[in-house]
Amino acid sequence: MKVHVDMNLCQSHGECVLVAPDIFDLGDDDVLTWTEDVDESHRAEVEEAVNVCPMMAIRIED
Amino acid sequence: MAPTRIVIVGAGLAGLRAAQAARGAGHDGELILLGDEPHAPYTRPPLSKELLKGEQTAADCAFPGLETLDAELRLSTPVTGVDAAAHTVSLDGGETLGYDRLIVATGSRARPLPGAPSRPDPERGVHMLRGLDDARALSDALARTERLAIVGAGFVGCEVAASARARGVRVALIDIAAQPLVPLGAELGARCAQLHRAHGVEVHLGVGVRELGGDGVVLADGTTVAADRVLVALGALPNTELLAGSAIELAPDGAVVCDATLTSVSDPDVLAAGDVVAWPHPGAAGERVRVEHWTTAAEHGRVAGANATREPEERTAHVTPPYFWSDQYDVKIQSVGFPARAERIEIVESDDAAQPPRLVAEALDFAGELVGAVTFNHARRLAEYRRRLAVEYA
Repeated sequence: MKVHVDMNLCQSHGECVLVAPDIFDLGDDDVLTWTEDVDESHRAEVEEAVNVCPMMAIRIED
Repeated sequence: MAPTRIVIVGAGLAGLRAAQAARGAGHDGELILLGDEPHAPYTRPPLSKELLKGEQTAADCAFPGLETLDAELRLSTPVTGVDAAAHTVSLDGGETLGYDRLIVATGSRARPLPGAPSRPDPERGVHMLRGLDDARALSDALARTERLAIVGAGFVGCEVAASARARGVRVALIDIAAQPLVPLGAELGARCAQLHRAHGVEVHLGVGVRELGGDGVVLADGTTVAADRVLVALGALPNTELLAGSAIELAPDGAVVCDATLTSVSDPDVLAAGDVVAWPHPGAAGERVRVEHWTTAAEHGRVAGANATREPEERTAHVTPPYFWSDQYDVKIQSVGFPARAERIEIVESDDAAQPPRLVAEALDFAGELVGAVTFNHARRLAEYRRRLAVEYA
């Protein structure tokens, strides 16, 4: 699956980093980085990241 | 025995997440979500920021995922009463609806100014901000407002001040406390006051309000703060009138008294989520707390929704440290834990020269133990504190 983050919406809350630390990360500059191509085994945590993002900025594309 | 019908009162963030979590936990019976507003579930944080500044519309605030929810969503349907013994709720209009498990997720409403009308009255220039309709009314009004007076320098008041300044409106910010954002302590509050002054806001602190007059706000010391429009932003009260006179115990502030699993202490078939809950938290030495943050409402919804499908002894506790954020001008304030309960707040890192300014502060108790943290423009550090406190409370 592919993970998309709308960086026009992202405000670096870090919710996704807490629930899916293998996929999302915040750099020293507070800018979010993430893995775009994610193995199916991580689906549950990425779905949780979609759900907890206060900005509704994360999308999964199958 | 698995519940046949789960009824959720309140179709905001907590109610929506509870419905999703109930299905996620395997509930295959009826699931009914009742909302008093005409709007489908929407997110509120933009109401004081992006929506007021015209950067987002109401459509942007709508939560996705309703089409896959598999619940009966009934909007414009206020609930007027609960009969816990009979397991029924009464709807506005007289209908009675039975439940096996009930989740109260009715949120809160703006606290009125004593002596002033309890409801917003935009026609007369008096606003409150809680729902989408309030935000639209305020946004429309700002287009023809010269001077906005904001009574209450909490998070809503401070965010609206910043948004109104972005639209070129002159703003006065008034609070009876000695600094804005009281939960953050004196030093961070002073920095916040300075931030607003630097953006041209007239800040009146340590002074109460006598009345709302025709020309503006009359302060307790007799001076009048000229304004053609007023926002009353004095915090929020839980919407639990539906439980008045029921067997469900309410705290003095109206919150539903719950155990750690967000279950009413009076009735295992009644749970609650979001602003209305008073529940014991390990970060508050096991005392009951009420938390009005977005993230807590989402987390409560997930816990209460799943717990509603289970028998009491199988339910899980909610122990996550509370997290909130606030955006004011170019500063993102973030906080975790219970800074308001700290004995002192210690700034451990501060870079005023940075643009925008960055700051990290730790909230410590009498023993010097960490009970919370606050950052300005330092999301990565705040996430580290969240992880640390989450491990401690787990």
